[in-house]
Amino acid sequence: MARRPGPVKRPKDAKKTLFRILRYMGAYKWQLAGVVLCIIISSLANVVGNYFLKPVINDYIVPLIGQKHVDYSGLIRMLCIMGVIYLFGAASTYLYQRIMLSVSTKTLKNVRTDLFSAMQKLPIKFFDTHTHGELMSRFTNDTDSMREMMGHGIPQFISSFISVAGVFIMMVVLSPLLTVLVLFMLVIMLFVVKKVGAKSGFYFKNQAKALGEINGYIEEMIEGQKVVKVFSREETIKQDFDVLNEQLCRAATNAHSFANILMPIMGNLGYLHYALTAAAGGMLVIFGAADLGTVASFLQYTRSFSQPITQISQQFNSILTAMAGAERIFAVIDEEPEQDNGTVTLVYAQKKADGSLTESKERTGIWAWKKPHEDGNATYIEVRGDVRFDDVTFGYEPNKTVLKNINLYAKPGQKIAFVGSTGAGKTTITNLINRFYDVPEGKITYDGIPITEIKKPDLRRSLSMVLQDAHLFTGTVRDNIRYGRLDAADEEVEASARLANAHSFIMHLPQGYDTVLTADGGNLSQGQRQLLSIARAAVADPPVLILDEATSSIDTRTEAQIEKGMDTLMAGRTVFVIAHRLSTVRNSNAIMVLENGEIIERGDHESLLSEKGKYYQLYTGMFELS
Amino acid sequence: MIKRYAPFLKGYGIYAILAPITVILEVLLEIRIPFYMSKIIDVGVANRDIPYILQTGGMMVLMAVLSLLFGALSGMFASKGAMGFGKGIRRAVFYKIQEFSFANVDRFNTASLITRLTTDVTSVQMTFMMLIRVFVRSPFMLVSATIMASRVNPRLVVIFLVAIPVLATALIVIMCMAFPRFKRMLTCYDRMNGSVQENLIAMRVVKAFVREDYENGKFADDAEALRAAQLKAEKIVICNMPIMQLVIYVCIISVLWFGGNMVISQTMGTGELMSFISYVTQILMSLMMLSMIFINLVMTRASIARINEVLDETLDIPDVESTVQVEGASVEFCDVSFSYHKDPNNLVLRDINLSIEPGETVGIIGGTGSSKTSLVQLIPRLYDVQSGKVLVGGRDVRDYRLEELRRAVSMVLQKNVLFSGTIMENLKWGDPDATEEEVYKACRAAQAHDFIMSFPEGYQTYLGQGGVNVSGGQKQRLCIARALLKKPQIIILDDSTSAVDTTTDAKIRKVLREELAGTTTIIIAQRISSVCDADKIVVMEDGRIDAIGTHDELLASNAVYREVYESQQRGAE
Repeated sequence: MARRPGPVKRPKDAKKTLFRILRYMGAYKWQLAGVVLCIIISSLANVVGNYFLKPVINDYIVPLIGQKHVDYSGLIRMLCIMGVIYLFGAASTYLYQRIMLSVSTKTLKNVRTDLFSAMQKLPIKFFDTHTHGELMSRFTNDTDSMREMMGHGIPQFISSFISVAGVFIMMVVLSPLLTVLVLFMLVIMLFVVKKVGAKSGFYFKNQAKALGEINGYIEEMIEGQKVVKVFSREETIKQDFDVLNEQLCRAATNAHSFANILMPIMGNLGYLHYALTAAAGGMLVIFGAADLGTVASFLQYTRSFSQPITQISQQFNSILTAMAGAERIFAVIDEEPEQDNGTVTLVYAQKKADGSLTESKERTGIWAWKKPHEDGNATYIEVRGDVRFDDVTFGYEPNKTVLKNINLYAKPGQKIAFVGSTGAGKTTITNLINRFYDVPEGKITYDGIPITEIKKPDLRRSLSMVLQDAHLFTGTVRDNIRYGRLDAADEEVEASARLANAHSFIMHLPQGYDTVLTADGGNLSQGQRQLLSIARAAVADPPVLILDEATSSIDTRTEAQIEKGMDTLMAGRTVFVIAHRLSTVRNSNAIMVLENGEIIERGDHESLLSEKGKYYQLYTGMFELS
Repeated sequence: MIKRYAPFLKGYGIYAILAPITVILEVLLEIRIPFYMSKIIDVGVANRDIPYILQTGGMMVLMAVLSLLFGALSGMFASKGAMGFGKGIRRAVFYKIQEFSFANVDRFNTASLITRLTTDVTSVQMTFMMLIRVFVRSPFMLVSATIMASRVNPRLVVIFLVAIPVLATALIVIMCMAFPRFKRMLTCYDRMNGSVQENLIAMRVVKAFVREDYENGKFADDAEALRAAQLKAEKIVICNMPIMQLVIYVCIISVLWFGGNMVISQTMGTGELMSFISYVTQILMSLMMLSMIFINLVMTRASIARINEVLDETLDIPDVESTVQVEGASVEFCDVSFSYHKDPNNLVLRDINLSIEPGETVGIIGGTGSSKTSLVQLIPRLYDVQSGKVLVGGRDVRDYRLEELRRAVSMVLQKNVLFSGTIMENLKWGDPDATEEEVYKACRAAQAHDFIMSFPEGYQTYLGQGGVNVSGGQKQRLCIARALLKKPQIIILDDSTSAVDTTTDAKIRKVLREELAGTTTIIIAQRISSVCDADKIVVMEDGRIDAIGTHDELLASNAVYREVYESQQRGAE
């Protein structure tokens, strides 16, 4: 075994996965107990009902033959008893299905929400390396197959298992000798199931892979549909799609062929078993080792032995598919979440008469970092927005440096601007401040506290970002602005919209603030979306603001109109600005010129101009043409 | 239905026919087996005749082997046929989506299109597999068992005549009730998918605002809605099984009562009653299988309806068969008005008259939301006008084949997309046959060559989905290079350099002016500097053209333009 770790590993993982699924269902263990009970009742009702047939005919019908005054009461009584038993059977069938349905849908919901919240905790890096389609098929295909397994696979499995066990016990009681043959056949059957199952499991994995690939492709191409149109690439896309589609078709054909073959194989093995038992039983009768009646009933049981095994093997595939899906889901859930070892939290604070800070429940306009001590006390440090980079070097991939030895110091309330050619590393710097990525070398501090010591959510809450790609969410305009601070009042939402100069266009929308936006925001222009995301940042009202090309799609006239609002927004805050439009960065306290990940110039507008360096070039480049 | 879906079976039809045939053969053999079984007991064991047992057992084994063979074959055929069918549908739907116009794509959202192509198609394909195998098997079993039963006692068969309508009614009620519920469930499914997709796209915003819990809450609502909808739909379906069981049980009891009476009055033998009951079970079991398939059909019907919605979608912008080539790179708008919703009361563009000569460079300036993008999207016919017409090369854009028109008109979208693949592969979208030299040239023109070469793998650098590993400005320049590779007669840059620094922007425009002098260039820009050297500048305001002129003319005469200019000058003094 130790020499062949490959084949051993798979069932071990499957066991673990199964265990985990069961743990999810464990929350409903009483319901599950009910399900098992109902399945037993339902199977028994069927068996007992059929068992009644013989006595009813032999004892209540045959004796009445030829009688003058027929007394039907005995027959009626027996039929009533049968009716009651059957009624119980049907009722418990309904019950176990109903309970199982509610358990399986609830379990699925739990799996989905766990998956989703695990996804929310993943580091940004994860999303750089996984396509959306790949993650989406965790929510669709993979959970679907789990549903199939819980709704049908498991109940069927249990009821088949009960039947097999019951029949087996009856067989042992009837004839231990003939049962040896049963065991022999059982081994063969299990062997076949395992062989075919392994083969089909392999192909099912292939199918899942092919399905994932084609889904990813579909997702990407439909998201980029407009570009496809503009380039008239439809034909090429179709060809690529055909290749993937063909690949999926092959994999699926293989997988389902094996699955479909299993049933006739098992069914006919059952007949083989019957023939063998008949021959062996016949011998036993002739040599006097068994009586005829025993052999006849044994043969009856043989018939009802193979059927549930066939059913189990049929469920085998759906279970395999579901396990593979569950494994993929759990892999995402187990993916290492964003690391957060921070202990410092962000709290509202009040200044006491002596100048020291205390925590406050309400919004006071003053924030403080709460640094807990081991003795249970805490120190409060006022949040002022003092951000320092100390010799920071960073790359998205280990051997590709994007930022080199960055040192910078933003004093509270200062406006720091980053300019430089595209790809110089400006956005990367802001991604480090809010810890989308962690710094391997160097240190970033915030009000003197290393940012790794601050809890991530608290760190991010102290910063508001306006990103270049103004992503909005499905929902009303109001909801989208309120995204910045969920408890903002309607007036505050509107005030922020006014600040961002978005109020007037919002009022022109069909339902004003209650207009529902679609995710792709088809009904708003890019510039309008940026205005909304500025309003969103404004309502958050944080000590530090990061504007990454926040106004790139807004025309300069509108930008000039919102300038006053922006000034109000920036007042008293530390602001990091990235912009190509130098008019936007001109009045910054400090301007950093970045090139190839290094700060090559720094200073204010005047001093940089007089240096006649890169900034001067960038700046004048704009005006050579006008 | 059948007529419509038959073509999707192309190339696999033979398997779809062979599967039921082999299933029938399998059933025929299988039916014989119980006969041999009873012989073994009744004759062989009863008479202690070992040679007979061995001989009959041998026959049975032979039958079993043959039945296994046909069963396995039918399994393979069914799988081949059904997967081929699924492939055909998937292709048809995907191809249809490729023909969609922008407006069509807007109408369905992307998440819903994706579920239709994946979940719905898979469900149809699985049902089809069941249809050509199990659906043939059950009726066949049903018919042969009924024949056997009526041979035993034709009068008792009347019980079925009562039972079957009852079953059918129950089934129809279940199906009718379940169908709308399943449709609603699939809508919930779409919504949940949409919410996942939206989150994936806007992950950075979620994280930046620490809204993970909020999003979790929103998602939990969607997941809960889906759970409720699923429960509601399947709640109906699970009634099927117990109802079937009840009917079977009632039938058995009735057979016992009526049959028992016949036995008592000596019009029927006991053995006959026993065998009749076993036929009853067999018949009703097949009926149960059938009803399960019908239920499955209901669930699939909801999927089919959704697939049909895509296939039936009338194309907003029908392509025309035309061999007309774009000659001359002039563009003209005549009295154009436009609405995204085909609603004359909700016009985005009004009374647009504009004429652009071949080779001209035209700048378009206007406030946020002034419909600049809407205007230029009409040129490559991404949308159709509400009224009036757009002419390219002197002809209405609706006279050209779309491919021809879009070959001639290259547009760099404001919200542009790069695809997963190498930089080279992405660039070759512009022209699949482009030589390396041509690619380099286009990249140099778009000021992208240098940064591409600075990557360790150069043009072979792999881009993640959406071009995640290049910066915004780099992305824009790659998109421009891609558009240039098309060697268009008209190129439209829709705010395509907003993330590109001014120096680079100026260089790109210089190249466009000097090297592509014959190409009509239309530039939407925020910066005056990007358009001031254009031959003609169009000032847009509220969906109308406010003024057209050169930089100097507009500066002198147009208030809006002057205001824009001043807003940019102020920062630049």
